[in-house]
Parts: sequence; structure tokens; C-alpha cells
Amino acid sequence: MTVVENKAERAEGWNRPQVIEPDGEGELLEVAMGPHHPSTHGVFRMDVALDGERVVRLKPVFGYLHRNHEKIAEGASYLASMPYTDRLDYFCSLTNNWAYALAVEKLVGQVVPERAEYIRVILAELTRVQNHASSIGFLIQEMGASGTPLMYAFKEREKILDLFESLTGSRMMCNYMRFGGCRVDVSASWLDATRKVVAGLPAFVDEFEALLSSNEILMARCQGVGILRPELAINAGVSGPMLRGSGVNYDVRKVDHYGIYDRFKFRIPLGDHGDIYDRYMVRILEMRESIKIIEQALRDLPAGPIMDTRAKLRGFRPKPGEAYGRIEAPKGELGFYLISDGGLNPYRYRVRPPSLINLTILEDMCLGHNVADVVLIFGSVDIVLGEVDR
Amino acid sequence: MLGDGILKGMAETARNFFGSFVSDERLTTVEYPEQRIPTVEAARVFPFLVYDGANWEAGMRCVACQICEKECPPKCIYIEKSADKKPDFVGKQQFYPTRFDIDVSVCMSCQICVEVCPFEAIKMDTQFELATEDRFGGLLYDRKELSRSNEYYHSIHPTEAGEVDARLAEEKAKVEARAKAAAEAAAAKAAAAANPTQLAGGGS
Amino acid sequence: MKTVEEIKAAIEAAVPGAGVEFVSNPSASAQHSLRIAPQSAVAVAKFLRDDADLAFDFLSNVTGVDWPDKEIAEKVKVMRWVTKTVDGPDGQKVDQPVEETVEETRKRIESGCLEVVYHLYSVGKKHGPLVLRMRTVNRTDQVDLPSLTPVWRSAELQEREVFDLYGVVFGGHPDLRRLLMWDGFKDHPMRRDYVEPDDFEYEPTPHDEVLKRAQERENREQRTEGPRDRGLAAG
Repeated sequence: MTVVENKAERAEGWNRPQVIEPDGEGELLEVAMGPHHPSTHGVFRMDVALDGERVVRLKPVFGYLHRNHEKIAEGASYLASMPYTDRLDYFCSLTNNWAYALAVEKLVGQVVPERAEYIRVILAELTRVQNHASSIGFLIQEMGASGTPLMYAFKEREKILDLFESLTGSRMMCNYMRFGGCRVDVSASWLDATRKVVAGLPAFVDEFEALLSSNEILMARCQGVGILRPELAINAGVSGPMLRGSGVNYDVRKVDHYGIYDRFKFRIPLGDHGDIYDRYMVRILEMRESIKIIEQALRDLPAGPIMDTRAKLRGFRPKPGEAYGRIEAPKGELGFYLISDGGLNPYRYRVRPPSLINLTILEDMCLGHNVADVVLIFGSVDIVLGEVDR
Repeated sequence: MLGDGILKGMAETARNFFGSFVSDERLTTVEYPEQRIPTVEAARVFPFLVYDGANWEAGMRCVACQICEKECPPKCIYIEKSADKKPDFVGKQQFYPTRFDIDVSVCMSCQICVEVCPFEAIKMDTQFELATEDRFGGLLYDRKELSRSNEYYHSIHPTEAGEVDARLAEEKAKVEARAKAAAEAAAAKAAAAANPTQLAGGGS
Repeated sequence: MKTVEEIKAAIEAAVPGAGVEFVSNPSASAQHSLRIAPQSAVAVAKFLRDDADLAFDFLSNVTGVDWPDKEIAEKVKVMRWVTKTVDGPDGQKVDQPVEETVEETRKRIESGCLEVVYHLYSVGKKHGPLVLRMRTVNRTDQVDLPSLTPVWRSAELQEREVFDLYGVVFGGHPDLRRLLMWDGFKDHPMRRDYVEPDDFEYEPTPHDEVLKRAQERENREQRTEGPRDRGLAAG
């Protein structure tokens, strides 16, 4: 096993995957991991070349869930695309709604009422908590702890989904936000129920950590595996907990201050080593920070309208122009790029999917590791195929 | 000590395992077909058409404006407009749908038809057990299968239905007031016409 | 962050002959963009990434836009000789050629292009977005653009997607294959003139355009093999 460093290429192609040469004993084994593999979170394939147990090449293959979401949206009105955004990252439909609404609001210059902004923050942070809890659950499941941590995560997620259902009518396909506000107002009883759930969340994170964080098997499997260097992470457009796990302090909530995030006090957890364990820890700590944000938002929630009075449901025609709006979704930077030609349909509708772009460096992270670690490294990226393939 | 973390985790699992015998909080699932969780009021599954009164055909609120058909994201609604008109809840002559089909296998329960409907005619049902063996006929609902009475609407979404009824009553009152004013004006005019002596000085 | 005009000036100072053009965005977002010439794109990209003040090290979004060929109808005034019947000097009708201005509609085809849009941010300086655009010559045979993957790795999968869905060929891309469609697929589905193949089962309630297409297929099938029990019949 030798790592070939091509000097001439290093100056130009420092951001390319290393070339690993097999040790010459025996043949390379080519394995197609997926599309139907329990660890791939859906239909996704990795063409892996193995030298013994070690990965010498890995090519991800996409498109099994491709439905051309962007083309559908270009043939539909602006409003009609809103329920389709739920189906991108179906774990976090509310943040998808928000990102799309934000891009359209930028395009037409709409102002969102205060109360709606607070509701959006509460829902987005609840989404982040349930997404991180279940993504950690899936990661541990792939490590071999079949079920227990995942079920603990799902127990808590269930409570949050119940809140979503009683507010928006649907557990996962919420379709809740509108351009210039939100669809329905929150009731006093819903807020009470939310306060109760949020009060129980810190105890859940403590329990989850007691279960996992100091577990020797988890540490042995995760520490020092799948290291992502910060300079490569930035260059490869990696975002979200992946980027912060590598120690890069970049969170769209802090950078763009979209919505009303500048009013809340919260910290950005960062990793030191950029390995799987750091990503796991960043997610745990982000859950704690999210709980703090929800508590502040619930405390300060003002009364008032939830929709911009100039907002229009039917016959919505933005002036010609374009806008790119992005938010910090639980999986990374989710952006929507819209071009309007003044018509009822967007001329161009583009989703910047964090799940897909975070997979750019999958090969770099996996090279040289055992095939069993590939499953873990892939799990630590935290993707949803509905968003990768669109 | 190596193994501490694992023991700590085991203790947590044991606490949950034994705790589930004493605390109902820890039991999060129910045995579905026998036990049911009551549906929440905001729940939405598939749309239905609301009618007032006892006869679904006469009381149907839909006026076949076809806005929902145009706005439906997956295009699962199909409407044919009538040639004649029937009176609506305020007595105004309106078209009605001779055909109103929804393919529930295409519908994605997004509720946009409900939001864009200006006539409060289409609402979301909470009934979710709709499995059938026939993909083409069984999942294609025509207007008769889609109609539900206003009382049913009240039974599943009481708050929302109350608001809708109040809004419609207000509209009806407004229309009636206008009609009354118009009738009074017409009566006054007719009275004036019948009694031309009063107009003598008016130079009509 | 510097304004887009200042960045344009900085690029022009650093990369001679860069051919940068300011593109205004009239919408409320006011995210103006810079259109760069393809031949100097890589040099400009390297400058934007490595310049200490700009430091656009984070390429967030890469996407294609299709601008199809446009038929432009123009009304032109043309002078023309026409024969008109006029009253002659002796009271008789006489045919006489007269010069007259006529409005004529002329059509011309404005060649379309494929455009690639890049959204840049800076992680270190925490500013952005800077929007870069590049255009191909046309939509058919001259669809080459330089790849920016050597500068920003995050373009790798996204440029593959643009190649797949729009058909822009990125020179210098290390691994230019289709991303979402399968390898044997011929067309580029995100182009606006893409016609989807008629090979799927229609829903039982087709209407509008789908109804038209379903009926067309129904007719076609009846001509060739007789009616089928599926598809339109159920609606």
C-alpha cells in the first residue's frame, strides 16, 4: 500500500482524490454496493474497488430516484411547487418550505410579519432536532447496534411529528409556509404542547449521550475514520454539520442572518479532527443549541398577523429578474435559485441540494479505509436520496 | 476503565426497559387496527366536496370555476362545467359541475385546492383507509363519491367549519340586505310609477 | 463586500482582456452578476479564489439555464411602388404607379445559447453571493465551456449535472459523465424544447395537454393494433 504523490499534479489537482495503488498481491475486487443495500438510505450505488479489505477506488452512482423536480417546477405555478419541495428532503419538509419561500420573497421583495418569522424559527429548529436525532440513530444502526438508539431517536421524533401534524395537518409533507408568511396560525394549545415537548428535549439528549457518547465501540469505529480536511471541505462546497465537523466556522444562520436569527443567542459547535466522531458530536451539540433557540423563540413570540397583506395566492407573477436564497437546513446549505420572466411559472427553478454536494468528497474520505468503514462514513454524511436525485 | 461507556449505555437501556412497565410515557406505539389514535383536527388526507342541505346534487357548493383544476400541482382534478345553471346558497344562478373527478392515487394531499377555492366548496377529509383492489376504477372518485354534507364537515373540522359557516352567513346576509334594498327601491319606484300625481311637479 | 462593479474593475485589473460584462438584475433581490468570457474563465476564477480581499473560496451553486432560439417579429416600414387608380386630368380613371409606405413584418431568428451560472461565497470573509455567468455560442454544436472544477471541487457533481440535463460540455472536467440520467440516454431533459418520450401509463383522468397526448396515442394504437383495455378507456 503506497500513496502515490504526483508532484506535478499536486500543484494543480490538490483537491482531487489521492491515487492509491494496490499492493500487487491478488486481484482487485469490484463491488457494487447498492442500489439495494440496507446502508444506502434508499437507492444509491457505490462502485467500489477493493484490494483485500481496503478501498482503492469509489465512484458514487446517482439518479435512481431522479424525477426531474426542477422541470416539474418550471411547468407549474410558484405556489404549486411548494408541496413538491416537501418531497426533496422528506425528513425536513419545513426547512425546504422555508428555503423556497425565502428565495421567492427575495425575488419579489416581500416582508414577512414578525410572528410568522418566529413560527418559522420554532419549526425549523424542531426539524433540526428530529433530523439530527434520527440521522445519528441511522449512523449507529449502520454500526451494528440494530435498532435501540434509532428507536430512542424515533420516540422523540414522534413527539415532534405530532406537533407538526396538529399544526400543519401532515406529519412529514407539511406544506406549511407561503410567500410572505405561514398558512395557519399557531394556537395557544399548540404552543403549550410545544413547550411541553421542548422541556423534555434536553433530558432526551442527555439520555442519548449517556447511551452513546462514551461508548468504547462507537469511539473505536468513529475516531480517526473518514477524516475530511477543512481546506478540502471548503473547496468542495461541503456545508452543514459536515463542514463544521471539520472545524470550519460557517453557519448560514450566523452569516446571512436570514429571518430573525440575529435576535437569538446560540453558539456554533465545531469539530477538531473532521472525523466521524466529530460529526456525531457536532450534531449532538447542535441539537442542544437548537433547543436553546426554540426556548428563546417561544418566550418572545409576538402577537400579530402571520401573512404579508400584499401576499397573493393565485395569479402570482413576480417581476422579471432572479434571486438566490439559501438557509441552513439540517443537512447543510439549502438554496433555491429562481429566474422569473414575469410569467406565472418560474423560467428557471434550481435547487442547491446539500445532500448531493456533500457527497462530492465521499471518495476522498473513504480511500484507504476498510469496506465496513465506507458504510459508516457514508452514514455520517447524512443524506436523503429524495434530495440527492431530485 | 475500558467498558465503562458500554455499561453506562446498558444501564440506560435497562432503565427504559423496566421503566416501560410502570410509566405509560415510555410506551409510544399502539396496536393499530384494534387500537386507534384519534385523528387531529388539522389532519388532511384527500379532498371532498361540501354540500348544504339534504340533497347532494342540489346543495353542491361547487360552481365549476375550475380554479382548483388549474392550481392542482399533480393535476389530479378533472371538471366538466354544466350548460345550465342552478341557484347557489344565496339564490344566485351559478354553473355546477356535471363531472368532478379526483384521482386519489395521483393526489398528494397538499391542500392547495382548498386554499384557492373562493366558494368554500372543497375541503380535506380525514378518512385514510381507502385501499382498494381496483387501481383505475376504485381510486377514481366521481362527484357523488366525493360529496359530503356540511354536517360531516362540522364533525371532522369543527373549528374551521364554524368559521366557514360564519363567513358564508355574513355573505348571505350582505346579499340579502342588498336584495332587500334593491327590492325596496324597486317597490318605491313601482309605487311612484303607479301614483303619477306625486311626480307631477318632478317633470319626469 | 465590494460592489459587483468594484469586483469587475478588480478582475479587469488582474486579468488583462478578461472580457467581463456587468449584468443587471432588476428584481428586488438586486443580485447583479458578471458575465465572463469563457476563454479567460479559469484565470478569473483563480483570481477570485486566491485574491486576499475577495477570497471567494466557497462555490455554492452551479446551474444551467437554457435560452432557446427566439423568433423575433419586427415591423419594418418599407417604401414600395404600387399601382393605383387615380382621377386623371380629363375626369377619366387612370392607373398610375405611386410610391407608398407599407408596414411589413419581418421575422428573424435570434440564436439562443446555454448559460451556466455560478454562485460564489467566501467562508473566510463571510460575504457573497457573487454571481458569475458564462454563455455558449449556440445550443447545437458549439456548447463547450471551460470547467471550473479544478478551481472549486464543488463544481464536480454540479457540472456533471449541467452536462447531463443541458448538454454543456465542460472542457477540463476530470470525470464528465451523466449524473442523473443513465449512460445510454440521448437527449438533455432540462432543455426547454425537450420532448418527453410517450412511453408511460396515463393516469385515468387525463386533461389539458396530457389528455391531448393520451388521445393521440389512443388513436395511433387503434389504427395499428386495435383498442387496448388500459389507459384512456378507464377515464
